[in-house]
Amino acid sequence: MSETIDSQAHSDDGYEEPAILPLPLDAWHRAKGGRMVEFAGYHMPVQYEGIMAEHLWTREAAGLFDVSHMGQLTFTGAGVVPALEALMPADIAGLAFNRARYSLLLDAEGGILDDLMLTRQAEDRVYMVVNGATKYDDIGHMIEQLPDDITLNLMEDHALLALQGPKAVDALARLIPGVADLVFMQAAAFEWQGHKLWISRSGYTGEDGFEISVPAEAAEALADVLVAQPEVKPIGLGARDSLRLEAGLPLYGHDLSPETTPVMADLGFALFKRRRETADFPGAARILKEREEGAATKRVGLLVEGRQPVREGAIVVDAAGKEIGHVTSGGFAPTVGAPIAMAYVPAALAVPGTRVQLQQRGKPHDATVAALPFVPHRYFRGVK
Amino acid sequence: MSRYFTQDHEWIDVDGETGTVGISDYAQGQLGDIVFVEVPEDGKKLTKGDDAAVVESVKAASDVYSPVSGTVIEGNPALADDPALVNSDPEGEGWFYKITLSDPSELEALMDESAYEAFVAKL
Repeated sequence: MSETIDSQAHSDDGYEEPAILPLPLDAWHRAKGGRMVEFAGYHMPVQYEGIMAEHLWTREAAGLFDVSHMGQLTFTGAGVVPALEALMPADIAGLAFNRARYSLLLDAEGGILDDLMLTRQAEDRVYMVVNGATKYDDIGHMIEQLPDDITLNLMEDHALLALQGPKAVDALARLIPGVADLVFMQAAAFEWQGHKLWISRSGYTGEDGFEISVPAEAAEALADVLVAQPEVKPIGLGARDSLRLEAGLPLYGHDLSPETTPVMADLGFALFKRRRETADFPGAARILKEREEGAATKRVGLLVEGRQPVREGAIVVDAAGKEIGHVTSGGFAPTVGAPIAMAYVPAALAVPGTRVQLQQRGKPHDATVAALPFVPHRYFRGVK
Repeated sequence: MSRYFTQDHEWIDVDGETGTVGISDYAQGQLGDIVFVEVPEDGKKLTKGDDAAVVESVKAASDVYSPVSGTVIEGNPALADDPALVNSDPEGEGWFYKITLSDPSELEALMDESAYEAFVAKL
């Protein structure tokens, strides 16, 4: 028996770290029975008790994810807002303090260099979380592009924890009063046991939940007290991937790349109105033309027939068997109870209900284009 | 009846000229939650080392190699509806296929249970 698709397939997005570095919670994961794999240049837990159980637990209670491999950055200095806006299509100037937005780092042709979350913390201060596998490339790109008087700080002395699931708010509010007042994509500074935390109500599972930036020296103690809550179990990267896939959220290096644009990736919501009007972000001419006329290919969800997962690398074929698209993510969806995938297909096929044929290792699979997300988002947007 | 193991974590029980093939408890533990198994069709001729079956966990797809040469008698029909049998009973109800051995001398190159245990202990 041999694995033909590596369980560490997500570890290499074209970037290789020379050495494996331990993250602040490395020993903690091992003590909790986490199965460690190499991911984005670090050892990370792929699972504890099992991906299926961890996935389902997160959907019904709360899961604690260590995402300390991701890059936490701060940008400070006069003019930081227009300087960052020059690199991405976000409206940061129009963002209230402590509000977060999803955005995309774009190259000059409008190709996606990374996807990220940014929060405006003050007039001239922005906090950003970028992908682990791309963080050093992102930093290199941004240092080159940003004016010299902007200071970029990589917060290597901080861990990042995500607490996700419908009961995340119950568990966290018990420890840190006030977090329940946050709404989706809102963040604030909190204090716990004398440590400064930065907590955002956001995540990558489609569920309500929080992302917690914590000083590295306090990470173990915070993780301990979180998993001591009856609602919370530690969750590995395996379930993180199946949860985000069900939530229709793209993964950089797989569903997004420099070959894809925001319109192709169906991330038009990241193109803010003011920025569309000023058309002054990288690749604006191409991207705005695609937005008007449609892109040739588009990212879609696929419901795959049968039980066999169809994964990244499979192709979409026409009736004659010719390749017309490709699968960028796929797997068995525990909450859906069936295999699902994301793929880029010609625009004419990118309509929910359209039947398409896939091919994986020479074997045909039937699939139907599905609206994203596969599992409805349950973000907390405030009491109505 | 004797049980043999391969270095690729398949097992085969041999009773006369008939073998029953599956993957080891160690292998299912490494794979995690199994969501799909494709077993070979009746009558398929396999040479030792051929891709005989596919097993897919939530995270990955893996090939299962035939530990011996021969002709497939039947694939385990229960795995189509309940692939998780490979997790719950890998060396029993979760068998993959039965095969008529064409060259029983191939078994000599395989490990017995204690040799396999020692092999796994070093992984």
